[in-house]
Amino acid sequence: MEWLQLSPEEWVAVRLSIKVSIWATLVSLPVGILVAHVLARREFVGKSLLNGLVHLPLILPPVVTGYLLLLSFGRRGPVGSFLDQCCGLVFSFRWTGAALACGVMAFPLMVRAIRLSIEAVDRKLEAAAGTLGASPMMVFATVTLPLILPGIVAGAILAFAKAMGEFGATITFVSNIPGETQTLPSAIYTFTQVPGGEAGALRLTLVSIAIAMIALVASEILARRISRRIAA
Amino acid sequence: MGIEVAIRHRQGDFMLHVTFASAGRLTALFGPSGSGKTSIVNAIAGLMRPDSGRVSVEGRVLLDTGQRIFVPPHRRRIGYVFQDARLFPHLTVSQNLRYGRFFTPPAERYAEFSKVVDLLGIGALLERRPAGLSGGERQRVAIGRALVASPRLLLMDEPLASLDDERKAEILPYVERMRDEAGIPIVYVSHSVAEIARLASDVVLLSEGRVTAAGPVEDILPRADLLPAGERGEAGAMVPLELVGQDDAFGLSVLRSSGGEWRLPRIDAPAGARVTVRVRARDVMIATERPAGISALNVLEGRIAAMEMAGDSETLVSILSGDDRLYARVTRRSVGQLGLEPGKTVFAIVKSVSLDSAVAARR
Repeated sequence: MEWLQLSPEEWVAVRLSIKVSIWATLVSLPVGILVAHVLARREFVGKSLLNGLVHLPLILPPVVTGYLLLLSFGRRGPVGSFLDQCCGLVFSFRWTGAALACGVMAFPLMVRAIRLSIEAVDRKLEAAAGTLGASPMMVFATVTLPLILPGIVAGAILAFAKAMGEFGATITFVSNIPGETQTLPSAIYTFTQVPGGEAGALRLTLVSIAIAMIALVASEILARRISRRIAA
Repeated sequence: MGIEVAIRHRQGDFMLHVTFASAGRLTALFGPSGSGKTSIVNAIAGLMRPDSGRVSVEGRVLLDTGQRIFVPPHRRRIGYVFQDARLFPHLTVSQNLRYGRFFTPPAERYAEFSKVVDLLGIGALLERRPAGLSGGERQRVAIGRALVASPRLLLMDEPLASLDDERKAEILPYVERMRDEAGIPIVYVSHSVAEIARLASDVVLLSEGRVTAAGPVEDILPRADLLPAGERGEAGAMVPLELVGQDDAFGLSVLRSSGGEWRLPRIDAPAGARVTVRVRARDVMIATERPAGISALNVLEGRIAAMEMAGDSETLVSILSGDDRLYARVTRRSVGQLGLEPGKTVFAIVKSVSLDSAVAARR
């Protein structure tokens, strides 16, 4: 089973992918909850525009999303240059850019899952909490949030899995630099492009499958535990 | 003081336009479904924002559209017991009960957790989750949750409507105890005369978004003409009684009103206890001489105070017996045959068994 051993370079790609996906998920989660809440509960002018914008990465070719990111968040892009100057935050050709690309691509899936769970919350419970003295913020924190936790977990896992597999937008935006922006899919792609790379590609494929399965099982267990706590 | 409500609100085709005030311990909002009861309660709680109006509770203005005052629900400190309990499914019973207390300023926390738990008999449920509770238990926990928050007023929107008779009987005594012991005013929505007779001190009658009558329960309940068609048979007098003793051999209690002696199905209370009994007008017979050889146990001598037509064939006779008023619904034919007229001395006959579910303990 010698051939199953990951080489140090392959380990780097695996670790980088996990790091990028975790950051992409965690940073987009609060924004995802906020956007899902706004879409589920508020009526305002431009709601369908926001909805469309959120879903755009799901429909556009990933390369297009990546190119748009490059235009706006690149060193010379309006957002990219601003963030560079104000906070020293650089996205282009860095792992942070990979995380941004993954986060953007996974965002619609996350928002959909959370939005569905918010829409399923009985608003009468929130009204009841209000009559007991809870301000709207407290109602959200003590009633809405606990009740939508299964949806948040589902959305986060979905986003994580999507981020692990993101390829097109990432490679377009931040290229394929080993150790910096070469995530699992990019590494597999690279292996398939060189002679004798089949073994490496297969190893990383197995790793991908394993991580995806672990994430899925973990989310199942977590969701079951939470819903048991809610409706026991 | 008490509660003052004056609201005007349009909702589609439905126009709510009500004005009433009450300082009673338990004010019942009574009317058929669709008469606007829940809308009024929601306006008092702040869950509904009327087009215009004014709401004040114990002198505190909660809504005044003229002065642009609208206190949001979470600052009103008004407890609300919903028809469907609305317990938080992710919290235990104990956590549900304490939820509102957390938001009550410490200086205003008058309700003691353990006392509320005792009052409602929910001590054994504290560690359970709402999903595992029966309908009656849920409703008791919902009442407790509202009480533990130390509200200034308690709203109850048909808290018994979704329960069967057995569960209702389980909860009614707790509502009575709350009315008598918790010391906060209650607004109680109902469409059952039996519930109101038992619980209410004051009644606001509603029909199609308007107040048709309001006042002490003793004044409103005899007025069959005010009640919705389906409940007219429930109209009757509220007679205050004092327990004299028990007739253990027959399982009866002996009581006294200002007009005479009564025998009722056994009431578990010490001698001297005060009780109000609702005597439905349709359960009262009239005799012009003291009847003999009759199974009915309660025969009260009195004088006809007034007579009024009720529908095409019936007359509502009001009889003054001692200081108490009794009402009898009799046919016009009987009125003619017996020569009933105001001032005439008559005997009102009430079957004890007709009073079994109409007793309400009061202090």
